[in-house]
Parts: sequence; structure tokens; C-alpha cells
Amino acid sequence: MDAHATTAPVSSPDHAHDHPGVGTYVKIGIVLFVLTFMEVAVYELGYNHAGAGFGALLHPVVVPVLMMLSAIKFALVAMFYMHLKQDSKLFSGVFVFPLIIAAVVIFSLILLFAYHYAFQKLIT
Amino acid sequence: MATTAVDHAHSHAAAHGPPSGLWSWITTVDHKRIGILYGATAFVFFLMGGIEALLLRIQLGRPDNTFLSPELYNQLFTMHGTTMIFLAVMPLSAMFFNFFIPLLIGARDVAFPRLNAFSYWVFLLGGLFLNAGFLFGAAPNQGWFGYANLTSNQYSPGLNVDFWMLGLQILGIASLAAGVNFFVTVLNMRAPGMKLMRMPMFVWMSFITQVLILLAFPVITVALILLMFNRFFGTHFFVPTGGGDPLLWQHLFWIFGHPEVYILILPSFGIVSEILPVFSRKPLFGYAAMVFSGSFIAFLGFGVWSHHMFATGMGPIADTVFSLSTMLIAIPTGVKIFNWIGTIWGGSVQLRTPMYFALGFIAMFIMGGLSGVMHASPPADLQQTDTYFVVAHFHYVLFGGSIFALTGGAYYWWPKMFGRMLDETLGKVHFWLMLIGFNLTFFPMHIVGLLGMPRRVYTYPAGLGFEAYNQVETAGAFLLLLAFSVFIVNVLKTWRKPADAPADPWNGATLEWSIPSPPQEFNFGEVPTVHSRDPLWEEKRERGGQLPEPARVSGAGIHMPNPSFWPVLAACGVTAVFISLMMLPKLGPIGVVAAVLLLFVSVFNWAFEPA
Amino acid sequence: MSHDTAHALEHDTSTGLDNRKLAIWTFIGSECLFFASLISTYLVYRGKSLVGPFPHEAWTSPAGRHFDPILEIKLVTVGTALLLFSSLFVVIGLNGAQRGNRGQLLAGLGATIVCGIFFVGMQVYEFTHFVHEGLKLQTNLFGASFFTLTGFHGTHVTIGVIWLSTVFILALRGKLPPKKALNLEMAALYWHFVDVVWIVIFPVVYLMK
Repeated sequence: MDAHATTAPVSSPDHAHDHPGVGTYVKIGIVLFVLTFMEVAVYELGYNHAGAGFGALLHPVVVPVLMMLSAIKFALVAMFYMHLKQDSKLFSGVFVFPLIIAAVVIFSLILLFAYHYAFQKLIT
Repeated sequence: MATTAVDHAHSHAAAHGPPSGLWSWITTVDHKRIGILYGATAFVFFLMGGIEALLLRIQLGRPDNTFLSPELYNQLFTMHGTTMIFLAVMPLSAMFFNFFIPLLIGARDVAFPRLNAFSYWVFLLGGLFLNAGFLFGAAPNQGWFGYANLTSNQYSPGLNVDFWMLGLQILGIASLAAGVNFFVTVLNMRAPGMKLMRMPMFVWMSFITQVLILLAFPVITVALILLMFNRFFGTHFFVPTGGGDPLLWQHLFWIFGHPEVYILILPSFGIVSEILPVFSRKPLFGYAAMVFSGSFIAFLGFGVWSHHMFATGMGPIADTVFSLSTMLIAIPTGVKIFNWIGTIWGGSVQLRTPMYFALGFIAMFIMGGLSGVMHASPPADLQQTDTYFVVAHFHYVLFGGSIFALTGGAYYWWPKMFGRMLDETLGKVHFWLMLIGFNLTFFPMHIVGLLGMPRRVYTYPAGLGFEAYNQVETAGAFLLLLAFSVFIVNVLKTWRKPADAPADPWNGATLEWSIPSPPQEFNFGEVPTVHSRDPLWEEKRERGGQLPEPARVSGAGIHMPNPSFWPVLAACGVTAVFISLMMLPKLGPIGVVAAVLLLFVSVFNWAFEPA
Repeated sequence: MSHDTAHALEHDTSTGLDNRKLAIWTFIGSECLFFASLISTYLVYRGKSLVGPFPHEAWTSPAGRHFDPILEIKLVTVGTALLLFSSLFVVIGLNGAQRGNRGQLLAGLGATIVCGIFFVGMQVYEFTHFVHEGLKLQTNLFGASFFTLTGFHGTHVTIGVIWLSTVFILALRGKLPPKKALNLEMAALYWHFVDVVWIVIFPVVYLMK
């Protein structure tokens, strides 16, 4: 948590710690663009060229690879553009805790309905 | 959006007493006034919910009764449940959040006073919207949980479900706004020295409640949106003929619904944790354990929702997982109960009215918790679900729990809010009538439920052995009517007295008792510095006795936020959006556009208001 | 306005963090659950539509009409890139606001708004194209869950564009000095969140078969 005392007025937004400069932002932007390109490439190769070569390798792992790439993009925007890396850890907590609950909700529903649909198929 | 301002007009008001008149109440941003608005409104809705219940009990007092038609019965039990949950218990808790969180943490107001006012007006308009269905002979009738596919156009072609669906959406906005407000307030507005682990337990429990609101309400928001799209735009989200699954509604609803019941009970846990120490003259036992158990209950509360769905055939793995998590959540709850007992144990117990209700809470909540743990076993639950056994369970925790605690809180904090003590004798009569009436009404439901009486039935045939129990339950309900009448008499009788109650009638431990009753607009003449969990007891120990009655100070130089009309107008804008959605067939999209514009204009003016 | 003198008081908080910044993060946390519910609905109903058109497969209707897979990856990839760049532009604009560089602020913020408008434009085009091709909200579960999920996301983007435009006008009028940069920071955080939600939606909807 931020170490500021309760009565210390801050005349500019609280970030006194070193914020990245425009150069860093641009570099991150380029990385984000490249990651997006990779995502589309994984999709193209893994699904539309799954016959041989790289596409065949990718085909069974398209979903996990996509999830990983998008998770990296998510983290980069959150940590650098939204300044979570430099700011008070309280902001990270306020963001990450709901994300955990959200993940629990999404995964639980996927699992519950996978069983549900499988069972329905079994009995019909 | 500034929260403070230099304001000459306001220093003027501080010197001349609080503003009066209807307009001052409509434009107030004072958390104490907003608290009173919540309380008064919620109490009226509570009485409406109670009358709905009495009508149900009259109908069920005899087999094959014709007092209520089945259709009207469905509307009444739906509105009873919806009203009690969303328009009574939650806003009664909100009354205490509003009035007392700033006082308990040593603040002058909440973080966002205008947002606070907005929350109240949205709540009021949402409650009116929900009840407007009665005016059209189409009050909601699908149960408070609105299961699909009963709520589809095919099976509910009228306006009933629309009033429920849109009304709840409006109320959700009020709760979310307040959730943000109190979350920030508790983290950011504490007096110097008030570390998180020194906060009064009511503040902790309320804080955790806000976290639950912030995480749970968006889920029901989506569920209601999907339902609305089904009903208004012909999608098939829960409709099997279109490939949809009614079970998705149940999951989404209960992912909200289970945290919701913790939202209903945690503030009451907090109130009891305030009352017991004061009336045992002993600090709360196991403060840290109380904080951690409350947090654990909230976190785990997101992992138990399908225990409401044991009868839907989820399969053995899901059943087991949710059964285990539900049993697990009984542990931190048990920790709290033992800590409450530990607080009283060895203390110098003062049997005054607030203490009666707190003690009653512990006993009734234990009973409700026991029946709840029985539900945690899927095989047992298969017999209990959809019977009156469940009705008994949740009334023991919500009435025996929340209502007892909220009533105790009312007696406890009444002098601080209104400057008058409630009558002790009438208070005790209220308590005993309520305790006996409550148990007469709800205990037999355990038995008649296990005998097989289903829920949500408008009547039952003679000869099944249900009659005697139902008669006792109906008699108990009337005793409850008497109990609340005694309370109303108490309020009216003591209202006539002058507002001269002492600042600290109970020998309290926390900051609200250090300022006059009722408090001045700015709460504290000087913001206190806090050194312990029981700051007032610490101060009294240092001074070797009672503190002198605090004087009313001038408040000159203290900047309080201006009143504002934009929150009211924005609340009207929100409601207008939902009314226009309801009237899409008649008005078309232009109505929605107009309402959205009204909302935008209000929000823009609010944002740029020279507060 | 007498905000300036009151300004120092606003930061007199227990955590040292500004109330409004904490409020925006809290709101964003809550919105995670809103989009999680919509995404869950989309995922639960994936592959469950009874009739086409489908997102990734061709379909022939009982009446004999042929439908190609309806999603257009290339167009949406451009939109995705635009949204990502808009996050870059807004944080450059914020950097300008914090350092008092008015040119950088206006350029960054302006570019963000343009990207945002183009993204919404792409979505509007996509939606009208789908409807034209025979996929409406009511057509099947894909239509329902797709339009609802991306529609609510698009609504959030639109609100973000309006918010950023308001801040842009303030900046034009010289009312966004460094000590008021928080006004932009709040809008930027909201904007980044909207971008981050799209980072999840893009692969889930468009790239997974």
C-alpha cells in the first residue's frame, strides 16, 4: 500500500514514482501490435493450414496459445498503460480480485455446462 | 467532480441551524439525512411487505381457502419476497451505512455526497416502479428469483415480469453506485489513527458487503438484460426451442443470489458486534478473527451458489463440490457465533432493549444456520427443497437474523439519529411479542415442510395434516403485526418529546457517541485522532469517568458540500430510461432516446456543477 | 471555480490516493464481472445454435440458401489494432497533460478519439453487414450472444468516446493543466479497460473455432 501519510497533500496525480516515458509506451504499443499479428497468424495456420508443417503443430494447441497471447497483451496494457506497475498496490488488488472471481465464474460455468450438455446428449 | 468547496452560504447555514423544508430534503447531500430518507422509505416498504405476508397467511390459515385467488397469491408472495429483500432489508442496512459509517470512522461525510443522494433517489423510484405493477393489476408474479422459462413471453405474456425485471435493474444501479461510494469512503476517509484493524466491526462488515455488491450485482444485471432481450427482442437465451437453456438463468441468478444473502446478513453481523460489547461492558472478543471470518465468508460465498440447484441434476461431481463448499462456509460463521458468546461471557451484561434484540439474533440465527447446514447435503436437500422447510430456514436467518439485528440497531442508534430515546418498556414488549410471534409463525414450517407441504402453493387440501401447523403460523403472523404496532406506538409516543437525549446514553465505545445527539451537519467540530479500537472507552479510562456532554460548536470555517438537484434529476433520467423501455411498443425508440438524453444532461451538469 | 484551494484537501485521504481514481478502479473491478457474465453466456452457447449463419462454418439453410462463415477476421483485426493503438495514444496524451505539454496532450487525445470513432464505425458496419447477410439478434444463439456481448462492449466504447471528447474540449479551452490531469487519467483508465475487454473478446469470438 502507498506509504503516504494521511495529511500529505499531493498537488499532482499520485505517481511520484518513475513513470515510463513516451518511448516505453511506443515500444509496448509495437509489442501489442506484434502479439495481435501473432494471434491472427496462430488462427490462420492452426485452422486454415492445419494440413502440414507449423499449422499441424499448432492445431491442437490453438486455444491455449491464444489465451496466453491475449493474457500477455492484457497484462501489458494493465501494467504499463494503466500504470498498475508503478502505482499503489491497492489499485492492483482492486482490479485483480474481481478478475479472479470472474475467472472462477467463467470456468465454473464452462465446466458445469459441459457436463450438462454431455448428460443431455447421453439421455436423449 | 469536487467533493468540498468554499461556500459562504453554507457557513451561514451552519450558524443558523440545519435547513428545513421539502426542497432541502430533495436536494440534500448530507449522509445523515440520506440515511433517514432510506430508513423511512424502507420502513414503509417493510410494512407493505408485512401486509403482503399477512394476506398470504390468512389465505393459508385454512385448507381449500378462497380468500385469495391463485393469481393474486402468486403476485403477493412474489412481491413479499422481492420487497423484503430489495426494498426493506437492504435499504434498512443502507440507513445505517449512510448515517453511521462516516461517524464511526471519524469523517464528515462520504467520499461522493451527490452520488450518495443519487443512490437514494434511484432506490425510491425503483421501489415505486416495482410496485407500480399493482396499479395495472399486473404485479410481478413469477417468484422473487424469476426462473426461466416461466418468465418467457410464452408463459408470462403480461406486464408482471417486465415490472420485476426492469424494477430490479433500476435498484441494482442504486446499489452499485452506493457500493463504489462506501468502498472508497471506508478506505479513504478514515480519521487519523483509524487503521483498518481499528475500525468498528460494523464498518468492516459493511465494507465487505460493498465488495459483495460490486461483484454480485453485475451478474444479475446481465441475467436481467438477457431476459429483457428475450421478452422484448425475441432472443432465445433461456428458450429451448431456440437452443437456449433455462438452467443458464438459474446459474447466473444464483451466482448473484447467494452473495446477495450475505449482503443481507453481514451488516446485521456488524450491528450485533457493535451492540454486544457495549451492553456487556467488554470489548468484542476476537476482533481479528471476526474480520477474517467475515472476509472468508464473502470470498467463499462466490463458490456455493449451486446449492440452490441440487434438484436440477447437475451430476455427482458438481453436487459434491458445492456441498463441500457450503459446509465449509459454516465454519467461519461458527467462529463468529463463538466470538459473540465470548464477548458476553464474563461481561457486565446490561439487559436493555438493544441487547435483547442482539441476544435474540444469536439464538434465532443459530437455528437458521442449523437448518441451512442441513440443506448443504444434496440427498437431504432433495426432500427439503421447494418445501416449507426452506421457507423456515431463510426466515430464521433473514427475519430472526437480519430483522432482529436491524431492530436492535434501531433501538441502539435511535437517540443518536433523532435525539430521543425510545421507551424501554415498550421496547421490551416489542421484543417479546416479536420473539414469540416469530417462532410461532416460522418454527412449525420446519415440520410442515418435512411433512411435505410445498412452497408457493396458494392452498392445500384438508386431511394431509397441514392444517394445525398453518393455523399456528397464521396466529403467529398476527402477533408479529402486534409487535410492530407496539414499535410504531413507541416511535410516535417518544417523538412528541423534545430532542434532548444525551450524546452517550449507553456508555458507548465508538466515535458516534462523542458528538451531540443528533449530530451537527459537519459531524465533528474537530476531526478526532484515534488510538485504539474503542476510542471512547479509552478516553473515559484516561479521564477516570464519564465524559462531559459535548457542546454544539459553530462550525465556521468547515466546508461542507452544497446541496444539489442533479442527483435527483439523474435518478429520474435512469428511471425514465426503464419506463421508456417498458413502453417500447407504444412509444418506440424515441422514448428511450429522450430518456437517455435527460440522463446525459443531468450527468453533464452534475459533473460540471461548481460544487 | 474555487477547486484549486480545495484541491489540496481532496488528497487528504487515508491511503494518500485520490478518491476519484480509487472510485474508477473500483468501478472497473465491478465491470469485470459484468463482462465475465456476458463472455460466459457466449461461451456456454458456443456451437449450440440450431440454425445458421454460423461464425466459423458455412451453412446451407433448409430452403437451400448458402451462407459463408459470417465473421470477417481481417476487418476486425484492423479494428483491434486501432483500439490497441488508441490505448497508446491516450497514455501519450496523459503523459502530455501531466507534463504540461499541450501539443502532446491534444495530439494524443485527438488520435485516441479518432481511433475510437473508427472502431465504432467498424462495428456498425459489421453489424449492418451481418443483418444484411441474414444474421439478426433473434436468428440464433450465436446472433443473440454475439450482438449482446459485442454490442454492450461497443456501447462502452461509445460512452468512452463521448467522455474523452468532453475532456478534449476541456483541454482545448486550456482547462486541463497538470494538476487537473486526473480528469484525463480517469477517462483513460476507463478507456484502457474497454480495450482490455476487447483483448479478451477478440480471440474468444473471432479466433476460436
